[in-house]
Amino acid sequence: MGPLAIDTRLGDLQPEFWQAAGETLVMATTALLLGGLLGLALGLGLYLTRKGGLYANRPVQVVLNVAVNFFRPIPFVIFVAALQPLARVVVGTGIGTPAATFAIVVAATFGISRIVEQNLVTVSPGVIEAARAMGASRSRITFTVLVPEALGPLVLGYTFAFVAIVDMTAIAGVVAGGGLGSFAQRFGFRQFDDVVMWASILVLVAFVMVIQLGGNLLARKVLRR
Amino acid sequence: MTEDLAAQLDEPLVELRGVVKEFPGARRGDAAHLAVDGVDLRVEAGEIFAIIGYSGAGKSTLVRLVNALEPVTSGSVVVDGVDVTTLPEKGLRELRRGIGMVFQQFNLMESRTVWGNLAFPLTVAGIPRRDQQQRISELLHFVGLADKAHARVSDLSGGQKQRVGIARALATEPRLLLADEATSALDPDTTRDVLDLLARVNRELGITILLITHEMDVVRRIAHRVAVMEGGKVVEQGRAVDLFADPQHPVTKRFVGTVVDDLPAADVVAALRERHEGRFVRLAFRQQEVRQSEVFATFLRHDVAFELVYGGIEEVQGTTFGNLTLALTGDAAAVDRALAEVRPLVEWTEVA
Repeated sequence: MGPLAIDTRLGDLQPEFWQAAGETLVMATTALLLGGLLGLALGLGLYLTRKGGLYANRPVQVVLNVAVNFFRPIPFVIFVAALQPLARVVVGTGIGTPAATFAIVVAATFGISRIVEQNLVTVSPGVIEAARAMGASRSRITFTVLVPEALGPLVLGYTFAFVAIVDMTAIAGVVAGGGLGSFAQRFGFRQFDDVVMWASILVLVAFVMVIQLGGNLLARKVLRR
Repeated sequence: MTEDLAAQLDEPLVELRGVVKEFPGARRGDAAHLAVDGVDLRVEAGEIFAIIGYSGAGKSTLVRLVNALEPVTSGSVVVDGVDVTTLPEKGLRELRRGIGMVFQQFNLMESRTVWGNLAFPLTVAGIPRRDQQQRISELLHFVGLADKAHARVSDLSGGQKQRVGIARALATEPRLLLADEATSALDPDTTRDVLDLLARVNRELGITILLITHEMDVVRRIAHRVAVMEGGKVVEQGRAVDLFADPQHPVTKRFVGTVVDDLPAADVVAALRERHEGRFVRLAFRQQEVRQSEVFATFLRHDVAFELVYGGIEEVQGTTFGNLTLALTGDAAAVDRALAEVRPLVEWTEVA
């Protein structure tokens, strides 16, 4: 790397830069929304089928647990490639931003499910019992007691998960998914262009900060502290 | 209405017959834990029935069998004429709407305001939102929290939380209220307030209360009848007054001893003898009609001097009772005559 590379192509690369930023934004927000929703469902499944849970079911519990434990530790750089055949079926293509987004959504689902499960565990079992004692149905308890009671920590958990999601978008380049991470690698790292690299980093950090700030505000509102 | 008459007039509100609850061992191969071991119990409509026992006695499990939060292993639980052990899930939900429950840790929803917590059981019962307002406001007034309607649960004191818990349990106008250690997390002053409130629920609304406690003081303050539990079994039961006045089982004696200390232990008697002369007798006052003055006047008439060395007079649910240990001095024959004469008035025993 040159000493404080003034020799940068950032100016010329502006269209690519903003396009990459757009791709990261699309990938990350889609993953947070879709993966968040699916992760909530899977996390609820993990929690509710536990022993003593509202839908206690040992076989289902074992299957869900094994699935999460199997997929979650796979390094994303491998996972995104391994998921290509499935991506072709689901989103119609094995490459590009849609394929990368699909892989991130799947990975985020598994990751977020554990965060959801952990936060649901903190809800007092007594509150659930009280709702049962009032004759509430299991689905009513799940959606009008359990989730609202855990909402504060859940929002914080999702905020935390967003960093991991942004991390995954940086690897989208493996399947030509684009995004700022890939941009920084191609035009910053490989071209020894520090300015391009740091410009990408700053935008990524800004993304994370905005979500972090929003998450904290929302959690505070929910927790009414 | 006496308890016998009530029993003749109608069925008990809650009847447990040969109820057993077994929990499987924590790990495979562990012995099963018998939490409730063959309990028979009748709770009459309109009464406050207390179940007292040390922790692990099975009382909290027992109360959860009544609204079937836990299924029984064997035996029958009949609430208001319905056997809860055979009800399907849907029937259970309907049953539970007719049984209020109050918890030691209040178990309120922190994500809702006081109002929201009271609205929940009403929504569950299918009462439309527009009709909930009046009921919630009635409930809040009844428990004295009208000004806290929109407060967050986390801003309430323990006593206020339990008032909300009670209001919530009353929301759907149940016939039966289950109180599981409802005052155990509260300080003595607040405990008294909450017990007064429960007594009012029973008296003014006619709601039967089945309460679980490990504090004999709770029993003394509000219970009409009591069952004492130990090791999953009911070891003694009866009217609260009778249990206080004349406990039979060692566990009952220990519980009674925590609030009423009118029976001197052997070492205390020995110490008393060193300080007092004469014959030691214990008078057991049981009926309100017995006037202590008559008893004492009899002693005086026979020239028997008496010294009160131990004991006291207690009041439970409007009935006075107590054990007084006296040291009687005077002519031995006169003491005999005096004791013979008070025999019809008060039960007495020689203190060994």
